[in-house]
Amino acid sequence: MIPARMAPHEARVSGCYAELDVVEVALFVTCLTDTFFPRVGEAVVRVLRHFGCRVEFPEGQTCCGQPAFNSGFHTEAAALARRMIPVFAPYEQVVTPSASCATMVKMHFPELLADEAGWREAAVRLAAKTYEFTTFLRERLDVDIAAHLSFDEPVTFHFPCHAREAYGPEDLHNWLAHGKPADLCVPEHNDLCCGFGGVFAVDYPEISEPMLADRLEDLVASGARLVICNEGGCTLSLAGGTHRRGLPLRFKHIAECLAESLGLMEPER
Amino acid sequence: MSTRKAFRQRVCEAVADERAVHLATWHKMEARAESMRQLRDPEAICELAARIKQHTLENLPRYLEQFVAQVERSGGCVHFAADADAARRIICDIAAAHGAKLAVKGKSMTSEEIHLNDALEAVGVRTVETDLGEFIVQIDHDRPSHIVTPIIHKDRRQIAQAMTRATGCAYTEDAEELTAIARRYLRDIFRRCELGITGVNFGVAESGTLCVCTNEGNGRMSSTRPRVHVALMGIEKLVPRLRDLPVFLKLLARSSTGQPLTVYTTLITGPKRADDPDGPEELHVVLLDNGRSELLAGEFAEVLRCIRCGACLNACPVYRNIGGHAYGSVYPGPIGSLVTPLLQGLDEHAELPRASSLCGACRVVCPVKIDIPGLLVRLRARTRRSQPLLKRVAMRAWKWMMKSPTRYRWAQWWLPRLLPDCRDGWFRGGPGPLGAWTRSRDLPIPPKQSFRKLWRERLSDER
Repeated sequence: MIPARMAPHEARVSGCYAELDVVEVALFVTCLTDTFFPRVGEAVVRVLRHFGCRVEFPEGQTCCGQPAFNSGFHTEAAALARRMIPVFAPYEQVVTPSASCATMVKMHFPELLADEAGWREAAVRLAAKTYEFTTFLRERLDVDIAAHLSFDEPVTFHFPCHAREAYGPEDLHNWLAHGKPADLCVPEHNDLCCGFGGVFAVDYPEISEPMLADRLEDLVASGARLVICNEGGCTLSLAGGTHRRGLPLRFKHIAECLAESLGLMEPER
Repeated sequence: MSTRKAFRQRVCEAVADERAVHLATWHKMEARAESMRQLRDPEAICELAARIKQHTLENLPRYLEQFVAQVERSGGCVHFAADADAARRIICDIAAAHGAKLAVKGKSMTSEEIHLNDALEAVGVRTVETDLGEFIVQIDHDRPSHIVTPIIHKDRRQIAQAMTRATGCAYTEDAEELTAIARRYLRDIFRRCELGITGVNFGVAESGTLCVCTNEGNGRMSSTRPRVHVALMGIEKLVPRLRDLPVFLKLLARSSTGQPLTVYTTLITGPKRADDPDGPEELHVVLLDNGRSELLAGEFAEVLRCIRCGACLNACPVYRNIGGHAYGSVYPGPIGSLVTPLLQGLDEHAELPRASSLCGACRVVCPVKIDIPGLLVRLRARTRRSQPLLKRVAMRAWKWMMKSPTRYRWAQWWLPRLLPDCRDGWFRGGPGPLGAWTRSRDLPIPPKQSFRKLWRERLSDER
């Protein structure tokens, strides 16, 4: 069932990366980022490399099963958890640009597999070594995010509700407020849901719609045109609403901002 | 009509005019945040409150026994009601025994839960709500849409019209004048009433004390002025000791309305004693189960920690947009989406746990730290079988696709090639879930080069 735990250096051709201080990271890109926002994945890779990580991308990864889990389809979600665990078993640390997928792995995998001997321990191991991107930068690489950020236009932010396990709206606020130049346009409500909620948006479009409208109204009122949003699901919803309404908003993941600020990627307008 | 359809219909009717609810809930959220900041360590107090409640629930039989003994020792009479019907009968019997024809009522969600007013009216007891909000609901033949502020959905004009209609007063939209009119009207009722009914915010096990919190003093009037006082409470309302009360009093008003304390906090221990200047001659405490003990035994027990502060309603973006009536239940909002199906049956209310984006704003503000989104997901798991066939099939198909990286890549390859470009690289319309998604937002057509393709083609080799 689960392949024996392999050290990353055994899993690869030996000799390539001999330095001992290199941090080994497997990227869990998430299905939404993989499909809709490849640039975010690229930014994560470049930023991690910039700070000394060796990044691997296990190609067996698909989806963590969060949509099924949140909809109460726990058998399906557990099946995907059992599929995902071995994919990342050989790596020492797993980093993902999505806080909600990180929460799925860190909190719900162990919950889903609590009654399955063997899997339970494997789920707990994966949970312990999985990090949301900004958390990994701060806690494992000791990176001061604000110190590396710079913007050439005013910014505002959308705090993704499911990021609460990883960081709070005040953290996001602080990173952006201390970036240079400090031109942060704080939205009136700093932790308002965008109305996405996964299958919820499809189940109850009539409720999701006014929620999205509330959030967009708030973001537009901030005065900034660039919105920092670190969650693919929220961005999909917010950017879609923006396009439908012809609003002047653009969305970026903080990894993209970091990559641009550090000169690792061409700025995208 | 299916419950799902009925729910949708209520939602559609509600969404249009919820501006009043928007303003009121945001206002309350700000007031709450401000008043919580005054506490030295709000997090620690919430943690303590949650622990006290959880401890009480885990030892409920013992505390109930103690509470009953203490109420009886102080001269009160305790009745157990297994369900709503039993509670209604008990209270109607008390009214009949005293020949009561006019009853006053303090605000009580538990009495709403058992539809007490209808039962009393049916046996010829006129029952008048004395909380201003509930009074307006009653004279306007409406239903409360919020557990703390029942007329949150009404504007000044609607209130003024209802008051003129019911009391015959001159039309005014001035809040102070309207309050004065209601006050005069209710004074007369208080003078004549024979029975007073209140809810209970906290029952203290060690002393048999009932704690009733109101802002208008109507709870105190309803429990002292009439000869007979009936206090209706759910069995989960207990706290062990008097010294536990301040923990909850600090949190209840702050969470509800942003006040440091409710204006009136009434502590009642037994009926009027020989040397008391006033108070009722009889005190009846009706302990309502109505599904609670079953709930207590299961995985959703922490729901019973709820102190009905309403903070989760004010915080909820769904509640804010659909209002309380759309929930089709006495208990709306996030906590209602748990309590209603758990107490009244999951089959009839299967849609409620799903009508949430799981944003967790409710969990952040809950003073007794109930994991509302987590419990909603668990409830969803119990209703998966009653989900539409299409959805169940879609979930399975989706799992099948995601179980294989090859099939996943294949779907990823086809998606940008199948979605027609409707405008500048965006898609709208489509059947089923696609149409639901694009009802209010366009869907970007994904780039042909996915991340994994990018990785293979250039990113993996760059160092």
